[in-house]
Amino acid sequence: MAQSDLIVIGAGPAGMAAAATAAEYGLSVTLLDEQPRPGGQIYRDVDRAAPRRGTILGADFSHGATLTAGLRHDRVTHLGGAVVWAIENGFRVSYTRNGRGGQVSGSRILLATGALERPMPLPGWTLPGVMSAGAAQILLKQSGVLARRAVLVGAGPLLYLIAAQMVRAGTPPLALVETQSRGALLSAMRHAGGALRGWPYLSKGLGLLSEIVRARVPRFTGATALAIEGDGSAEAVSFRSGGKAHRIGCDTVLLHHGVVPNTQAARSIGVSHRWDAVQHCFAPVLDKWGATDVDGVLIAGDGAGIGGAQAAEIAGRLAALGVASDLGMLSPADRDAVAVPLLRRQARELAARPFLDAAYPPCAEALAPADATIVCRCEEVTAGEIRGYAKLGCLGPNQAKAFGRPGMGPCQGRYCGLTVTGLLAEATGQTPDETGYYRIRPPLKPVTLGELAAMQDTRHDAAE
Amino acid sequence: MNTASPFLDLEEAPRVPVRFEGAPLDLPEGANLAAALLAAGVRVFRHTPVSGAPRAPFCMMGACFDCLVEIDGVVRQACMVEVTEGLEIFRPHEEGRADGAK
Repeated sequence: MAQSDLIVIGAGPAGMAAAATAAEYGLSVTLLDEQPRPGGQIYRDVDRAAPRRGTILGADFSHGATLTAGLRHDRVTHLGGAVVWAIENGFRVSYTRNGRGGQVSGSRILLATGALERPMPLPGWTLPGVMSAGAAQILLKQSGVLARRAVLVGAGPLLYLIAAQMVRAGTPPLALVETQSRGALLSAMRHAGGALRGWPYLSKGLGLLSEIVRARVPRFTGATALAIEGDGSAEAVSFRSGGKAHRIGCDTVLLHHGVVPNTQAARSIGVSHRWDAVQHCFAPVLDKWGATDVDGVLIAGDGAGIGGAQAAEIAGRLAALGVASDLGMLSPADRDAVAVPLLRRQARELAARPFLDAAYPPCAEALAPADATIVCRCEEVTAGEIRGYAKLGCLGPNQAKAFGRPGMGPCQGRYCGLTVTGLLAEATGQTPDETGYYRIRPPLKPVTLGELAAMQDTRHDAAE
Repeated sequence: MNTASPFLDLEEAPRVPVRFEGAPLDLPEGANLAAALLAAGVRVFRHTPVSGAPRAPFCMMGACFDCLVEIDGVVRQACMVEVTEGLEIFRPHEEGRADGAK
């Protein structure tokens, strides 16, 4: 089995920065990532996409190429297309790559598994033609594929980004239907001081918005009573805004109301998580280097709490410094000295967050969906069924599985976990922390018997 | 190129023949299979085992499992597969398939 000082899972900004930094301090690093080429979702396939579509995607996207360049280091082994399905003590990481199982071991492990779109259960959200806005971004970045007749629904800066990119590509969205209200924006103004320190972000957001307005994309705000209509696939979005009912015909609906930490891998090895009331999600409990309460396990990037790509890159470097010092490659004094400017930059990157979190809160009717709305896409369990379990005495998500299988389909709760916790907490009057979350067990992703049977000594895997 | 598709395809990669549910398609070689099928006008990737409801890609990042297809008898996430020449792609567990599901 290949042996490394540090195993990094996830080749987004945090994972790439951590791998490169750790290697600079003399550590051997194995970086495992599900995608064939590095970048994560924010810089998806950047080495191929930036030259082809850089003008549509923007300079922030092309920045990712500086991080992929950092992986070309003798001490970094990047295993692309490696789907991790188990992390065991010690640490031994099992994965599938090119149709066969493999294992690597390392003395420290950094989880840089990033974010998932916050689940947005609305009537009709399981119809073909409904995707997350992040999915639309991935289609554009990696594949140069754009929806011709799309309506964007939800809240948050990512909606403005994808809308502006669609405008630049010559396929503007049919409408931008935003759920945040003017009241949210006003209450966000109490964070205006921080927002001013985070001015580069806000000025970028305003620039995107003006691109969208110039392209005359119809924009609605404070939208409620949202539903996606269609017989067999998405055909229209209906909603109320400005005291009027609207219905916009379309082929594609792109949903987004924020992203949340992807906690699957961390939960599978027992890392403690706490409810973050501001970001409305669970986040792992960490020290300033990203160390968790499980010895030798660190987390960096959006998987640690949503901060964005720049903050993720810095967190990756900080985690690598922590590991390098821990393994005796860097004195604590040197580690702290190197960290000073990074911590300063991190504070600046995070300055606009409280404003953004308050100005673009999650869509209320997707946090507490109507009874008939499906919340567990895999097992097709509705919000009403979850509320029914609570009436029968069900206190938490793991018990709910026994009632009706929510979270037991192939996605393993990734797109219903937060909704189920929220619905049960609301029904029982308990806090989200008291209500808890699904227990996550390996395999984290499906693995076939054939892939297991093909597992063998993978010492030579790195040479491929 | 495909005006029936709800998606516009900017990619100019060489195309290779594959089949989806027996129908021939030319998809960009090395492309993400889920993206390529969407661009080719495929709207329904599978039907759910619970209610038979139609599904198609939702997350494009390997998390939602709504883009499941069957290739060489194995059910896989189309968004995690690259297009190669001669792929035989089916909707998983459909009526009349040899695997006996349903």
